[in-house]
Amino acid sequence: MKSLGNIRREFAPWNQPDAKPYIQFKNVTKRFGDFTAVNNLSLSIYEREFFALLGASGCGKSTLLRMLAGFEEPTSGQILLDGQDLRGIPPYRRPVNMMFQSYALFPHMTVEQNIGFGLKQDGMAKADIDTRVAEMLKLVKLSQFAKRKPHQLSGGQRQRVALARAVAKRPKVLLLDEPLGALDKKLREETQFELMDLQQTLGLTFVVVTHDQEEAMTMADRIAILDKGEVMQVATPAEVYEAPGSRFVADFVGNINMFEGKVAERDGAGATIASANGVTIRTANAGDAPAGTEVTFAIRPEKIKVSSKKPEGGDNVLEGEVYDIAYLGDMTIFHVQLGNGQVVKASSLNATRGTEDPLSWDDKAWISFRNDAGVVLTR
Amino acid sequence: MNASWSRFNITAIVLGFAFLYLPIVLLVIFSFNESKLVTVWGGFSTKWYVSLFNNQGLMDAAWVTIRVGLVSATLATVLGTLAALALTRYTRFRGRVLFSGMVFAPLVMPEVITGLSLLLLFVAVGLDRGFFTLTLAHITFSMCFVAVVVQSRLVTFDRSLEEAAMDLGAPPVKTFFQITLPVILPAIISGWMLAFTLSIDDLVISSFTSGPGATTLPMKIYSQVRLGVTPEINAACTILIGIVAIGVIAASLVNKRREVQRLRDEQAAQRG
Repeated sequence: MKSLGNIRREFAPWNQPDAKPYIQFKNVTKRFGDFTAVNNLSLSIYEREFFALLGASGCGKSTLLRMLAGFEEPTSGQILLDGQDLRGIPPYRRPVNMMFQSYALFPHMTVEQNIGFGLKQDGMAKADIDTRVAEMLKLVKLSQFAKRKPHQLSGGQRQRVALARAVAKRPKVLLLDEPLGALDKKLREETQFELMDLQQTLGLTFVVVTHDQEEAMTMADRIAILDKGEVMQVATPAEVYEAPGSRFVADFVGNINMFEGKVAERDGAGATIASANGVTIRTANAGDAPAGTEVTFAIRPEKIKVSSKKPEGGDNVLEGEVYDIAYLGDMTIFHVQLGNGQVVKASSLNATRGTEDPLSWDDKAWISFRNDAGVVLTR
Repeated sequence: MNASWSRFNITAIVLGFAFLYLPIVLLVIFSFNESKLVTVWGGFSTKWYVSLFNNQGLMDAAWVTIRVGLVSATLATVLGTLAALALTRYTRFRGRVLFSGMVFAPLVMPEVITGLSLLLLFVAVGLDRGFFTLTLAHITFSMCFVAVVVQSRLVTFDRSLEEAAMDLGAPPVKTFFQITLPVILPAIISGWMLAFTLSIDDLVISSFTSGPGATTLPMKIYSQVRLGVTPEINAACTILIGIVAIGVIAASLVNKRREVQRLRDEQAAQRG
């Protein structure tokens, strides 16, 4: 099978059978009264990994992070860090540090004192603290703000102070709770790369909680997608996007078109799928779903081509009418209504200025896609 | 909103301020009265201030008042802060609602009842009434005011500050003294000031719980006034008003300046 996505990964301990997980959740359940925040969840995170917990609010991702930090104890199950069971170890004795969503900077201390706080608790010598703090300030490019109080900083600067404070102690694991949530879009994009660089430089294990899938896709080595306290899929960003394991994941990450139907006929690895509303789809990879299985054929909008003329040949060609157009600058998303009424989203990259084949509302249009462009989902 | 000075606005303000301050202004003016008759103006003089400082009884009462105020305000602040912490932090303990109601009951309890019940208690346990019982009584009624002030600050306190401190290696006790206490300190100080003010001007509860040798200034003034108001009393009250006014003005100036500084800092930060 060819590599998914266009990133070649050299760092992939999760594929090595002898690699030892650094953080392990073993059948962890956490209940708050009647509410089950985390339900019998198992998960392995490797050393130096940039791991993202992605999910909608209330999916249990923050609870997982807080259990790692020691603010919550699991109701049942075990959390291991580097082989050590964390149960009963209070937050102030755990070799992990957390960057809080609200940053939680101490308002009565200067930037310097904030960053040095953890080192002081460890009883480090004053001179060593000063050296380390200066080093951290340089790392986050805030050296000239050392004497300021948090309220004298902008949002982006506060975020960097919080980060510097959390990494100052060189924790084994850095936990980040929505680290970029409070920043505006432009700053967020820049900061994503800064975070990745920092992780590389320091060689730390990062566990980040986010509800922003773009953020998770950009930064993480692997993403765990959570729903109702359970792990839906753990995979690299490319796998999550190109080979979602379930309808939930396919729908949750990015945009996707779904065709509900049945496997009409198997043909080696491929199959013909008859959708419930009368569309026949040929796919080259249908997994192990035998003929007659209820399946969902899912395909991403950018893998569908829209044209005003019927394309020659091709694996799958369907006829329809342009229902809606969203011009986003870098690309245009066409909503094409098929003969059976289903609306299919197809996006096309605006690689040149202007197009040879302009389409307008209510124009007749053909959509086409290759037989290896979609995935067949059984769950 | 129309902010112009309509006739109605002016009248309302004049009447309102006159209602509030006319008695005080009269008192201040008559404290500088030459005449011994309180309500008859006999020329300007500061002689009553001089005689006030020579009045040993009044000076002793003032000294008692200040001592009771300092001790009771300090102890009430400690207890009130602890109560506020317990009520906001351990939100799930049994009987919390009852407890918080009980802490705040003295706020609305008629002072006569508080005073009388304290008196009965002191008599029952055989405590000799004096400075000690007076201080105890003041702690009792001012504690709940401190609790209210501190609790209102704690409700908006960002708990993640404490979590961050613990996460960085500070055990709970250290976290409290290095993070929680400094952050809520302004509220604790206002609580202390409130308790002190309440203590120095209390009359009813003091009358019930005090004994020989522990007469407070309000008690002294009240008993002298019953024998007729002397300009000396006016002078004593003027000094009290002066102290309170200076305190209030200074506190608001400091607050104002801090607010302005903060705004300026924030604007500077936004500019980068």
